[in-house]
Amino acid sequence: MPLLDRHGAKAEIWTRSESAAIDNLSHALVDWAALPEALAQKTRDQRIGVVIPNTVRIPELKLLMRQLSLIAISFPSFGDGRGFSLARLIRNHGFTGTLRASGPLIVDQFAYAIACGFDEVELPEASAARQPVEQWTRALGQISHGYQRGYGDSGNILDRRRSARLKHAAAS
Amino acid sequence: MYRYDEFDERFVRERVAQFRDQVGRRLDGSLTEDEFKPLRLKNGVYLQLHAYMLRIAVPYGTLSSRQMRQLALIGERYDRGYGHFTTRTNLQFNWPKLRDIPDILDLLADVEMHAIQTSGNCIRNVTADHFAGVAQDEIEDPRPTAELIRQWSSLHPEFDYLPRKFKIAVTGAAHDRAVIKAHDIGLRILRHPDTREIGYEVIVGGGLGRTPMIGKVVREFLPKADLLAYLEAIMRVYNLEGRRDNKYKARVKILVHEIGTEEFSRRVEEEFARLDGPSVNADPAEVARIAAYFAPPAYDALPATSGAFEAAKAGNPDFARWVETNVTPHRQPGYAALTISLKPIGAPPGDATSEQMRLVADLADEFSLSEIRVTHAQNLVLPQVKQADLFAVWRRLGEADLATANVGLITDIIACPGLDYCALATARSIPIAQALAQRFADAGRQKEIGVLNIKISGCINACGHHHVGHIGILGLEKRGIESYQITLGGDATENAAIGEILGPGLAAEDVPDAIERIVSVYLAQRQTGESFIDNVRRIGLAPFKAAFQEVSHAVA
Repeated sequence: MPLLDRHGAKAEIWTRSESAAIDNLSHALVDWAALPEALAQKTRDQRIGVVIPNTVRIPELKLLMRQLSLIAISFPSFGDGRGFSLARLIRNHGFTGTLRASGPLIVDQFAYAIACGFDEVELPEASAARQPVEQWTRALGQISHGYQRGYGDSGNILDRRRSARLKHAAAS
Repeated sequence: MYRYDEFDERFVRERVAQFRDQVGRRLDGSLTEDEFKPLRLKNGVYLQLHAYMLRIAVPYGTLSSRQMRQLALIGERYDRGYGHFTTRTNLQFNWPKLRDIPDILDLLADVEMHAIQTSGNCIRNVTADHFAGVAQDEIEDPRPTAELIRQWSSLHPEFDYLPRKFKIAVTGAAHDRAVIKAHDIGLRILRHPDTREIGYEVIVGGGLGRTPMIGKVVREFLPKADLLAYLEAIMRVYNLEGRRDNKYKARVKILVHEIGTEEFSRRVEEEFARLDGPSVNADPAEVARIAAYFAPPAYDALPATSGAFEAAKAGNPDFARWVETNVTPHRQPGYAALTISLKPIGAPPGDATSEQMRLVADLADEFSLSEIRVTHAQNLVLPQVKQADLFAVWRRLGEADLATANVGLITDIIACPGLDYCALATARSIPIAQALAQRFADAGRQKEIGVLNIKISGCINACGHHHVGHIGILGLEKRGIESYQITLGGDATENAAIGEILGPGLAAEDVPDAIERIVSVYLAQRQTGESFIDNVRRIGLAPFKAAFQEVSHAVA
């Protein structure tokens, strides 16, 4: 399925494995249910990613996170925003690997996804066919600065006002 | 009042451009109708029964005269010369063309306004006490808090696809005029009993709709500086755990109800404790920057009472009666806050024509430091009027049919647009309000009855707040016929209560008689000085039910 990040279309390096059988895949992407078994088989050089439903609780995931290189959070529909909060929680709990939003997102959610800690979006063919990649990259710049602090946007309005104040105070 | 800086200005302009782009992508097929729908809703664009409707945000009900004139202009140029003020203190235009909406948004941006998040499953327009800054019982002005929340909640990356809509209200006074207990989050500014520090009582899980609930206190005292981090914690718990399987069970009130206030509070506190507050909260200088816009204006030093004002009252009983109902004491000696009733007898509640809007703007410039407020009861307020000017203002209002002396009385009815406009409605609301106003039009009778809030909703979604009306009227549809259910004993203040159903539904034409009977019971049974709602609380529902049944039997 088509994959993209903030720079545009991206090649898929992960191979989906239906079961826990990860054989000699270098980048194996397994389902949540198969994860414990897959991790048990993992060799030193193998990279494991997991596809999780948006109902997974942090305590269930937290102890496994360090062994994962990618977490793909499923979006069953674009209107179901649980994935945004789950991404934030996963980042807040220290996950530094790749975070992927997987599902029928729309262009207008791309900036939100990035702000919540996602690196990339994996779309169903039909969504991608209607919404070309250039719409996604263009959408990222539509709102220059948001009002929320702590959402990876160093240019957020509150911090910008703060630096303007400090600059002003230093000058006077 | 708050003024946009360069960042706010750019944000709103970019939002308009984004909406134009969204419309374009819908038209070229990039977005499906299902995908476009929440995008237009989050910009206030509804598809109603007859036309598109545009809902414009009036943040915490505060308008300048300049903004009001712009609304008048938009009403004339793009609508039918009037607008409708809502129970969320927003303004709705009922007849704009979809193709004109981006241009309307540009005109709004010119006066620091927008339609962001006036609908959709996101944090909606924040409301506050309409007497903010001038109320005598105020601990702190709620508007800086509301403005901070307005900014923080705008296009929030994490909380724009919530299970359901989310409403926040703030009050800074002892008497609750903002109905905070019927909101998803209600914030009450208070002083800590020991330290005297200012903070918030945080109430979550109130709401009306088909399952009305009074909000529960989840935090008795939240230090002011922690506001945004605490809101983030509440929203995260709700976004992850609120129900998404059934839209009628998706509001936060259901989550709080299902897991219990204590457990909800525990989850919020756990997330709040884990959050890095300082990286989320606004710094004190930012809070102070916003608060400075709401500093008290330069008032004239006046005696507590004006001789000219007293003389005018003595010489003109109509004026005196209007003062009694529509004028509220002000914290500054010699000033008053006056409420302009948008409920003239027989007119749709909350409607104002463009000419009326312009007159209000002119009066605000001349007499109220250019300030106007919108109330959740669908009236307008001039908050900064000298007592000595009240008579002149009253006369000018009277020329435009804006001097109805009925604020808080039985004809000051809240009503949603109902089946006359709304695609969700199951029954008409406006004609019921009109019939009741006509029935109780007599000024002497209204005065005798005293404070009595009638609130009418044309469907179970309860936009007309019927659950918290002293008398609530809910319009339903039964076998193709409109049927009106009457509730009694609701209260929208700090004593918030949900009304109880009196009996079977009535036909539209029987509603005035039923209300008449209810009022008669009160008049017969009240003690000296006892208000309607106090009387209902004291004698209970039984006598009212008995009287009500006579009406329903008579028509059955």
